[in-house]
Amino acid sequence: MVPFAGWEMPVQYEGVIQEHKVVRTDAGVFDVSHMGEIEVEGPTARDLLQSLLSNDVDKLEPGDAQYTLLTNEQGGIIDDLILYRLDEHRFLIVANASNSDAVLRWLKEHELRGSDVRDVSDDYALLAVQGPNALRKLGLEHGKAFTWTMGEVDGVEVMINRTGYTGEEGVELACMADDADRLWDAILARGITPCGLGARDTLRLEVCYPLHGNDIGPQRDAISSGLSWACALDTEFTGVETLRAVKERGPEQKLVPFRMTEKAIPRQGMPIEGGGEVTSGTQSPMLDVGIGMGYVPAASAKVGTELVIDVRGKPRRAEVAKKPLYKKEH
Amino acid sequence: MAAASESYPDDLLYHPEHDWARIDGDEAVMGVTWFAQDALGELVHYEAPDVGATVSKDSSYGEVESVKAVSDLISPLSGEVLEVNAKVVDAPETVNEDPYGDGWLIRIRLTSPEEREQLLDVAGYKQVLESA
Repeated sequence: MVPFAGWEMPVQYEGVIQEHKVVRTDAGVFDVSHMGEIEVEGPTARDLLQSLLSNDVDKLEPGDAQYTLLTNEQGGIIDDLILYRLDEHRFLIVANASNSDAVLRWLKEHELRGSDVRDVSDDYALLAVQGPNALRKLGLEHGKAFTWTMGEVDGVEVMINRTGYTGEEGVELACMADDADRLWDAILARGITPCGLGARDTLRLEVCYPLHGNDIGPQRDAISSGLSWACALDTEFTGVETLRAVKERGPEQKLVPFRMTEKAIPRQGMPIEGGGEVTSGTQSPMLDVGIGMGYVPAASAKVGTELVIDVRGKPRRAEVAKKPLYKKEH
Repeated sequence: MAAASESYPDDLLYHPEHDWARIDGDEAVMGVTWFAQDALGELVHYEAPDVGATVSKDSSYGEVESVKAVSDLISPLSGEVLEVNAKVVDAPETVNEDPYGDGWLIRIRLTSPEEREQLLDVAGYKQVLESA
């Protein structure tokens, strides 16, 4: 167990690689109850969120979910979030554990008359069940990604969210905190393997999902971070002018995925020759090569471009790769 | 992966940084202990020294990496590298499966054989583990 944002978190149960492969081939469960949950409610809730979040809130009907960013005045990313529309005037935000307080503070500071922002993190537990057999093992039907419904698993009432952080089909189940033990046990009894934070990180990196604090953060604008798809630049939100300008002139640096072409494992913080830096790196359990993401000058961002990474003093070659780095063969 | 169960053979000499040496005449084979591989988890990379390179007692001669962590390999003895275990370069998890056998890391020719006097026997190494 390691301390993480005030929580004691398992990095692994049986082994990172083993857990990683279980999620790619069968089904694994991650306890992600450390993530923050914030409810925003009221007749002006939509207006508040539309003015603060990068994506277009109006694309959400009740029952929908959306990946979105809370941006600062410079277009930097305070946190990346999943926004759920619960009903016309009620939304749920799921935030990263380390940023949950900052998100809450930002929303409260900007609260409008007629919108109420509440931290409900302690009320909910969140269990992510992911993998090709996840739904079958849970006894759930397939569903459209980025939607949610209410349901139950073995008698526990859950909010079934069609979201995840692994690149596999699956759900994130939110339940009342008091029901968490019961839900966890029920999931394990269905033959789903417990997985730790270590596998969560390698899984997300293989499919190039950025991790806030590594790959994205308040100092980097959302366009350079490769998240223009989550920025509705035709809406008005904090930092949008900066983002429009970056989009217009093109970013100086870009976040790119890469694959090592020499034997070496890239790690966060390693310099990339020509002005750049690795922001995440690991050995890919599925591809069995070093993989990572990092910022490089825009001219070096094209797929196939050779990069040279300083691996503790030794130059090691890599090449810019297509997203995702790992894709299931059908 | 079939992980080895915990063991510390009594025919080896140990370095407190969780490395072992098996001395045979003026040569020694070296590797990491069960404790080291268990702490690191499944190894995925072995950054080996070149054959012919010089290694010095208490200094790093290479690195092993798991998915999450990198660890220096500390040499228990000084010498010249005669052989690198190619099997571990190709399949680093061999160290997890058999840390004292197939998972050896380098073979060296000793340049200061008297250094062995400074290494720990199995009882001494177990004390290191208990106080860790």
